Amino acid sequence: MEAFTTHTGRAVPLRRSNVDTDQIIPAHWLKKVTRDGFEDGLFEAWRKDPQFVLNRPERQGATVLVAGPDFGTGSSREHAVWALQNFGFKTVVSSRFADIFRGNSLKNGLLTVVLDQKVVDALWELTESDPQAEITVDLRDRQVRAQGITADFELDENARWRLLNGLDDISITLRNEPDIAAYEAKRPSYKPRTVRV
Amino acid sequence: MGRTLAEKVWDDHVVRRAEGEPDLLFIDLHLLHEVTSPQAFDGLRQAGRQVRRLDLTIATEDHNTPTLDIDKPIADPVSRAQLETLRKNCADFGVRLHPLGDVEQGVVHVVGPQLGLTQPGTTVVCGDSHTSTHGAFGALAFGIGTSQVEHVLATQTLPMARPKTMAITVDGELPDDVTAKDLILAIIAKIGTGGGQGYVLEYRGPAIEKLSMEARMTICNMSIEAGARAGMIAPDKTTFDYIEGRAHAPRGEDWDAAVEYWKTLKTDEDAVFDAEVYIDATTLAPFVTWGTNPGQGAPLSAHVPDPASYEDASERHAAEKALEYMGLTAGQPLRDIKVDTVFVGSCTNGRIEDLRAAASIVEGRKVADGVRMLVVPGSVRVSLQAVAEGLDKVFTAAGAEWRHAGCSMCLGMNPDQLAPGERSASTSNRNFEGRQGKGGRTHLVSPQVAAATAVTGHLASPADLSDAPVTAGV
Ligand code: SF4
Repeated sequence: MEAFTTHTGRAVPLRRSNVDTDQIIPAHWLKKVTRDGFEDGLFEAWRKDPQFVLNRPERQGATVLVAGPDFGTGSSREHAVWALQNFGFKTVVSSRFADIFRGNSLKNGLLTVVLDQKVVDALWELTESDPQAEITVDLRDRQVRAQGITADFELDENARWRLLNGLDDISITLRNEPDIAAYEAKRPSYKPRTVRV
Repeated sequence: MGRTLAEKVWDDHVVRRAEGEPDLLFIDLHLLHEVTSPQAFDGLRQAGRQVRRLDLTIATEDHNTPTLDIDKPIADPVSRAQLETLRKNCADFGVRLHPLGDVEQGVVHVVGPQLGLTQPGTTVVCGDSHTSTHGAFGALAFGIGTSQVEHVLATQTLPMARPKTMAITVDGELPDDVTAKDLILAIIAKIGTGGGQGYVLEYRGPAIEKLSMEARMTICNMSIEAGARAGMIAPDKTTFDYIEGRAHAPRGEDWDAAVEYWKTLKTDEDAVFDAEVYIDATTLAPFVTWGTNPGQGAPLSAHVPDPASYEDASERHAAEKALEYMGLTAGQPLRDIKVDTVFVGSCTNGRIEDLRAAASIVEGRKVADGVRMLVVPGSVRVSLQAVAEGLDKVFTAAGAEWRHAGCSMCLGMNPDQLAPGERSASTSNRNFEGRQGKGGRTHLVSPQVAAATAVTGHLASPADLSDAPVTAGV
């Protein structure tokens, strides 16, 4: 997993609330057998409209999604996070995320930032009037900064530590490799094996 | 204080315990299939990781495999892609695989036990909710998600929060015509589809002790339908006898050491469960579902319930919706419900005892006109055994279709599906809307009820046939 310390990028203002995971990545995309290549499925239904904000030329290369409240509700599919990352988003800002989506995002290194709706409104206004405006999400200082806007955000210490160090679940477990090896060394010989090694 | 069976197995697998963190558990056996493993392997690849313990990992193909023309290329591109991906992943990483056409291929939860890999006191995981099946051996067996599959592949461990324990004690003796399937459907109807949430269930009591290994697997299989994390039954002589001599059973001194350990795997007298449920086996009867979740069931002799009779508003609403989807009316006798299709198979009831039970009922009888009966063995081994016993001939002589092993119509990922509005009596474990095909209507039943239903064309038990014996060849 890529470490997240601080990120500065242009934004996509998404003025919609209750965006569920089926809208983020529709079910028929779940048949894929890889973790990448989901970028074309991101918000697929809305992208058919050339005026949809993600399709606008001035938004190309944007890396910060500023979304409405209750982002990521519905099915627990992790593909929603992969789709956002595959598209190029590094961080999503909203006043409220669905629990499972938030858990999935932090596990995969997509920083989800919770800010007051007032701040989200200000970010929307700023980035709508100036598509070139940049937003900085600083995880070290737990702060979001943009022209005329400074807002602190909360993130629990464990999730923050993992993101700052780019540690996914597996790398965290592997920090305890000696414990696993010690356990393996004392496993009884009668335990089943699928193949001889 | 004493410990429960689940707690003993749990404690024996703790690799690391730290304050405020979930326990890190060692996994003894990791089963893989084509649906939930692709992204896990892809994740390993992206991170440059290997499978830590190839000797504790095994894969088979089941969910997407066709049950006809298995030597021809698979028509559906998605199914084909999933199977090809599993084959490539297993080849790339060195994982033992039993693909379509192999003699050890079959539904993953049938394959593990029949190879003797599922053993008492082990931890078993698979990216499939019915992994609970393996708990029948006194194993702690959990279904896991794809990112956990990747975690186990890379580390052979899983961080997990300790579950609570619930005892389900079944007192007395089951009446002759009542099977393990009837019992578990009755248990789920009693505690509800959320009743087991957060718990590992331990089925115990005289009625459970008398059950065969395969019947115990039927019970544990459906623990997940009660919302439980897992289901377990303490290992005993029935368990040891079933395992002895199987391909991966311990041998010689290892066997003796294993049995000595296995004998300690019983809930202590003074252990305390977080919850307890009692069932009187003598009151049970053949049981069928009428609704769209496994908790919406009733004895076969009952009637379709009136939604208005539910006090709880959400249950009432669920019943109304279910009757509408199922095309049933309140008060209709369950026995009057006519079916188009009968499915015998799945990891719930696709083992040899299940096929024997169904065959003994259709033997010398005919599947009713207009009814399609599909018999799908849970694995190639089960199929070979059935053929050796002549069961395939019994089924085909009765007019049933004898198919190749796999999940098949349990979830309709392959071509075996119900058409919209079609109704089945199925020995599988889920009667959710569309589970067996879009718009399909499923009644969960035992193999015995499935067979009797095939013969009569409506939901029926073998007792309904008793005064109408038919001679072979008619
Ligand atoms: S038989 Fe059905 S329940 Fe069992 S593993 Fe296959 S699809 Fe799942």
